[in-house]
Amino acid sequence: MKHTISVLVENHAGVLSRITGLFSRRGFNIDSLAVGVTEDKTVSRMTIVVEGDAYTVEQLEKQLNKVVDVIKVRTIPQQDLISRELMLIKCTATGRTRSEILDIAKIMDANIVDLTKTTMTLEICDLPERLDLLEELLKAYNIQEVMRTGTIALQKGSAAVSVK
Amino acid sequence: MTGAKAIVTSLEQEGVTTVFGYPGAAICPVYDCLSESPICHILVRQEQNAGHAAAAYGRISGRPGVCITTSGPGALNLLTALATAYMDSIPLVAITGQVPSDQLGRDVFQEADITGAAEPFTKHSFLVKDAADIPRIMKEAFYLAGTGRPGPVLIDVPLDVQNRELDFAYPDGVSIRGYHPSTRANPLQLRRVTEAVAAARRPVICAGGGVFSAGAREKMQAFAEQCRIPVVTTMMGLGLMPSSHPLYLGMLGSFGCSAANYAIHHSDLLILIGARAGDRAMRQPGVLERRTRIIHIDIDPAEIRKNMEANIPLVADAGLVLEQLCQSCEAADTGMWLAELKEKQGAGAVFFDRPGFVSPYRLITSLTERLDSDAVYVADVGLNQIWSARWARIKEGRFLTSGGMGTMGYALPAAMGARLATTTRQVVAVMGDGGFQMSMQELATLCQHDIPVKMVVFRNDCLGLVRQIQKQDYGERYEAVDLAGSPDFAALAQVYGIRTMTISENDEIDNAVQALLSDEKSFLLQCLVSPDEPAV
Repeated sequence: MKHTISVLVENHAGVLSRITGLFSRRGFNIDSLAVGVTEDKTVSRMTIVVEGDAYTVEQLEKQLNKVVDVIKVRTIPQQDLISRELMLIKCTATGRTRSEILDIAKIMDANIVDLTKTTMTLEICDLPERLDLLEELLKAYNIQEVMRTGTIALQKGSAAVSVK
Repeated sequence: MTGAKAIVTSLEQEGVTTVFGYPGAAICPVYDCLSESPICHILVRQEQNAGHAAAAYGRISGRPGVCITTSGPGALNLLTALATAYMDSIPLVAITGQVPSDQLGRDVFQEADITGAAEPFTKHSFLVKDAADIPRIMKEAFYLAGTGRPGPVLIDVPLDVQNRELDFAYPDGVSIRGYHPSTRANPLQLRRVTEAVAAARRPVICAGGGVFSAGAREKMQAFAEQCRIPVVTTMMGLGLMPSSHPLYLGMLGSFGCSAANYAIHHSDLLILIGARAGDRAMRQPGVLERRTRIIHIDIDPAEIRKNMEANIPLVADAGLVLEQLCQSCEAADTGMWLAELKEKQGAGAVFFDRPGFVSPYRLITSLTERLDSDAVYVADVGLNQIWSARWARIKEGRFLTSGGMGTMGYALPAAMGARLATTTRQVVAVMGDGGFQMSMQELATLCQHDIPVKMVVFRNDCLGLVRQIQKQDYGERYEAVDLAGSPDFAALAQVYGIRTMTISENDEIDNAVQALLSDEKSFLLQCLVSPDEPAV
């Protein structure tokens, strides 16, 4: 099962390596990790998606909490999850296929962010599964490059994972 | 003042009186300031030993020990000591010099990314970028090292930062928003523990090094006595109960006492305190989980359910919990259980006297009978550690060893550190000839700083424990376990001016031990033991 963990950390050099070192050292397999600064510039938020059973997630939470630079750790319950991922995807597009790709983009709510005589680059911000679907649909058009950000997430409603 | 002066002044503010270290170019400003400080610097002969000595100093003094080295190789030599302290949760503050900040990352002379390298083995580390941060960082380092689950903290200070000026004010307290160790027990869990103790007919306490960290040895004894609960310890917990205590069953685990292992496997309530159910202590935690109810008391929440399930987890300081339990728990009805365990005790191993060799059992027994009651016994790693853990009779003193990491060469520098943490107590280092040769350069340190350490070297001219593995599991194909070429250690120590004795028969033991302990000076007792002397 996938778990989404929101982690607030001190925003200074070396913190990311402490966290990633912990993952490899303790044998946790991470699906994705996204980091960005929060409304408080001294604090960064990491969204970590991890595959594992309840034991793994409990251990991961506890080990993260031991890192002095980690301020707060919270596993967001599945039903309370607002999650998004951003993907840029470049594929071959010639006169003949351009309109087909445009159709797919329209249906999937993706934007065209770059266009050349031979390529087309799409941007999509959606649930990770929807990104997978778009990628699948574009396979027929010779995907040249894909870049995904990893999932970012917040909790629904007024509940917040914050420093206080 | 300068950054270097701020570091030394901070050490003074923390009440540090002794540091262990080895200088080099990148830490020279700090050493320059040390020369004007009342702090006593002990010059070791290899940096790893500064780490071990400081860690043992911390274990005896109850305050973080301090070691100082230069950048690059100096810092890297500390790694094993940091990892050893980390595994055993020992408070330690390590200060390392670093190349100037504008040269960081350029692979200049004696540059090593020590905060990166030590990351898995430190509770926390700092790379100081701004001299103005030094007072805060020093305060935080001591706080982190000594509170919660103790551990080593590393402070890496670039040369230019040591020379930069700052306004010094030592903070009164710390405020680290990501660090709040919970010390108070949850009242509900505490009540569940009380009820479980009252309901148990076959309870047993398994106490580990965490009880020492909490300074709660007396409280644990009081709790066990009040509730009449038998006690087993892990290797790190050795010495929590006097060996002769009627409720004490000995060390558990693969090299432990059969009564101790019997007790935990036939108990109906296992109370783990400050012990992490490591693999050496509990090889099959799954079996225990099915057989008995488990209370797990630890200050580190990450230890709960890491190696073993717990029916009643309790995250708190062992001292506070034991104090509260002494108030809430009454004597349990354990008479039958204690009688049953009594029968399991005493059925010890059979010892053979081997002509031309000393029996380690007889030596250790005689030695620990004659040691002062508050003596510190430091065991190295290998056969000597197993023998010591099983047979050393600890009274009110301490038993120090590298429990988790099993670091050979630990005993001599650790004994040195332990001796400096006490002015009067006897300190004895018991080693094999393998471990002794990993740190025997420290004989010079003992002489230079006049540190009286009693040394016992069990000499079998081989790496005994590895040899035994090769004997049992590899068809007696002995490879790389022969220590031929070793000098006469007694003759060697004499060159340093240390008095010595060599014995090879059991009837020499009593006189030798008497000579070893007769005066206030260092002494090395070399004991010839058979390479076939078994572990247990």
